[in-house]
Amino acid sequence: MRLRLSPELEAFREEMRTFFTTQVPQEIRDKVASHREVSKDEYVEAQRVLNAAGLAVPHWPVEWGGKDWSPLQRHIWREEMQLAHVPEPLAFNTSMIGPVLASFGNQEQKVRFLARTANLDIWWCQGFSEPDAGSDLASLRTSAVRDGDDWVVNGQKTWTTLGQHADWIFCLCRTDPTAEKKQRGISLLVFPMDTPGVTLRPIELLDGGFEVNEVFFEDVRVPAENLIGEENRGWDYAKFLLGNERVGIARVGSTKSTLAQAKQHAREIVSGGRPLSEDPRMAARIAEIENDLLALELTALRVAANSADGKPHPASSVLKLRGSELQQAATELLVDIAGPLSLASFAEEGSDVPDWARVATPHYLNYRKVSIYGGSNEVQRTIIAGSILGL
Amino acid sequence: MNFDYDSEQNDLREAVRGLLGRAYSDSEQRRAVVRTDPGFDEKTWSRLAEMGLLGLPFAEEDGGMGAGPVEVAIVAEEIGRVLAPEPFIETVVLAGGLVAAVGTTEQKGELIGAISEGTTIAVFAHAEPGTRWTPTAQGVTATRSGDGWTLTGVKEPVPSGARADVLVVSAVVDGGTGLFLVPADATGLTRTGYRTHDGTRAAHVRFDGTPAQQLGADDSPTHPDRTAAIERALAQARIAYGHEAIGAMDTALRTTAEYLRTRKQFGVTLNKFQALNFRAADMYVSLELARSLALWASMVQEAGGDVVQAADRARLTVSRASRHIGQEAIQLHGGIGVTAEYSVGHYTSRLTAIDHLLGDGDWALDRLAGNVTSYATVDPLGAPYTP
Repeated sequence: MRLRLSPELEAFREEMRTFFTTQVPQEIRDKVASHREVSKDEYVEAQRVLNAAGLAVPHWPVEWGGKDWSPLQRHIWREEMQLAHVPEPLAFNTSMIGPVLASFGNQEQKVRFLARTANLDIWWCQGFSEPDAGSDLASLRTSAVRDGDDWVVNGQKTWTTLGQHADWIFCLCRTDPTAEKKQRGISLLVFPMDTPGVTLRPIELLDGGFEVNEVFFEDVRVPAENLIGEENRGWDYAKFLLGNERVGIARVGSTKSTLAQAKQHAREIVSGGRPLSEDPRMAARIAEIENDLLALELTALRVAANSADGKPHPASSVLKLRGSELQQAATELLVDIAGPLSLASFAEEGSDVPDWARVATPHYLNYRKVSIYGGSNEVQRTIIAGSILGL
Repeated sequence: MNFDYDSEQNDLREAVRGLLGRAYSDSEQRRAVVRTDPGFDEKTWSRLAEMGLLGLPFAEEDGGMGAGPVEVAIVAEEIGRVLAPEPFIETVVLAGGLVAAVGTTEQKGELIGAISEGTTIAVFAHAEPGTRWTPTAQGVTATRSGDGWTLTGVKEPVPSGARADVLVVSAVVDGGTGLFLVPADATGLTRTGYRTHDGTRAAHVRFDGTPAQQLGADDSPTHPDRTAAIERALAQARIAYGHEAIGAMDTALRTTAEYLRTRKQFGVTLNKFQALNFRAADMYVSLELARSLALWASMVQEAGGDVVQAADRARLTVSRASRHIGQEAIQLHGGIGVTAEYSVGHYTSRLTAIDHLLGDGDWALDRLAGNVTSYATVDPLGAPYTP
């Protein structure tokens, strides 16, 4: 057992920290730090800065721009990125469809898509959930029927995050409705969002923002060459992809930043004639969240330092569950520190309420999502009970 | 950064697991042992000594094995796994740790060797009725008497206090808290032992002008303040107890999962009920988070970092996990969990004892909250760890 990073890893951490804090534009990082909406152009700009330095897709195969890093290096890369408030490379591109294409796509598809995916020249969105297929994703009904050289897609997807920015969609479709198991008759198709028959309806969220959408397909013709991997093997690719989604999902660096902000604001707010930070109950609440976060970070490090043999560490299932709970605890803390100021959530010019207090509640409400997406926490408990405890 | 044991540490773990697994292969064996005084098995104690475990953390020149806190943690976890009642942490980490930290060469030569060989059981007599979890003494006073000292006052509860051959005693001196050695046969020493709920033993210890030897060089008329050394020894023991708790929680969870897989109600095994499975899953989450912090605290100790704060952090998380897992283990079993005839309740009882020996979760949280807003973030890889 060793507490310290090796000198090489220490230097690597320093290198990451320096890069993120000096090469990614400050205005963009300030926006992330203050939980303001990052525009499409800013996402693209930030990812291209990373990609130019080989830091957008380090976990991809080397021939497609990956770095052959250890899990611990990837962990450090991600944590430092979050601590520096760098918008993370678009997950739909870099963690989801990119690795699927690299593993299961044919050579033509790899050449056609991977470099542009890494550079965010193509913005991908995810066509997975449907109105009647949420946690029970395998019940999806969007159909793709073969007609000559095309697939004809009909149906509806929902919760399509940032679909309004997307150029392409990767979409799970039912291609064999007669398959004995519902998981067996699903295929993965990709197609442009401006294909005739695709329409998108934004869904307004509680925070007033638009980040998810419904996407409707009406006789959308998709060339057969846009099938990824084998027909009816889409469920395997989806599981592979969602496994990648779980990587880095603890979001420790991000929660750490939020907690540091909470401490700062607690010093600024006066309550009962003293700084709120000196209120014993508030101090204890912050200290408890911080300690919980430390336990999570150490667990993430345990997993990262141990997963070199390729098998996921059993404790990795803890990361999503606890990581989401702590992200939510930190956002809730900010609302409570803001107190009555938190009501000025949609104030514009002419308000004295500081920016952080205005965004506190929208951020808190928005973050109720984190225990739902990527496999809800109830799904995570099912996984722990089943695959770890044998229940 | 690496949380894995090396091959020697794995061998150590297997050896300890084998020894304690034979000594306490089922809960009836343990019940039989703890039924009679001294509340543990002297033969098992000798075997721990033969394996070198009682000298693990001590320097080789003092008669120890020269191993570190990680090795101590490995032993503690295996103790917790089977609830071995032997006073390992009390003797080796606490009393032995204090002797090693502040004792003279002569005192170390005499005591560390004897502790390591298993011939002397030493315990730290520190807790006093009416105070809790402080590194200082208040109710026992040390007075100069010729070349030596005498102690007066009461210590209670003193773990294994009636069985101990030597007591390391904290006492009020001018300018702070001093440390003293009192042999079991000292005059003016009255010890009244009793069973505790977890099967171990504790004692009421009265000093009535009891002659005592100062721990450390006695070459000035005043006694140096040992509060910092005590704080440090307590922190090391908190970390070790944390590992004992991890071992106990691990068994409590595995026992509970096995019960859910086999116990039938309403015509089906209990693992058909999602409400129960989810609660077991949450127990697993608590256990793994606590394990990470306990391992980290041992690494901080080994790296020479801020062991006191690391111990507080481990204490908080282990305390929360202990209550969660201990309580749920019983609840998921049902009535049998509250019986003394079944194993799982004893784990809850021991976890409850550990939680109150050297500070509970709220106590640790209060210490951590004191300066939490004076720094921005915790960097667990900062070495040595400083918040």
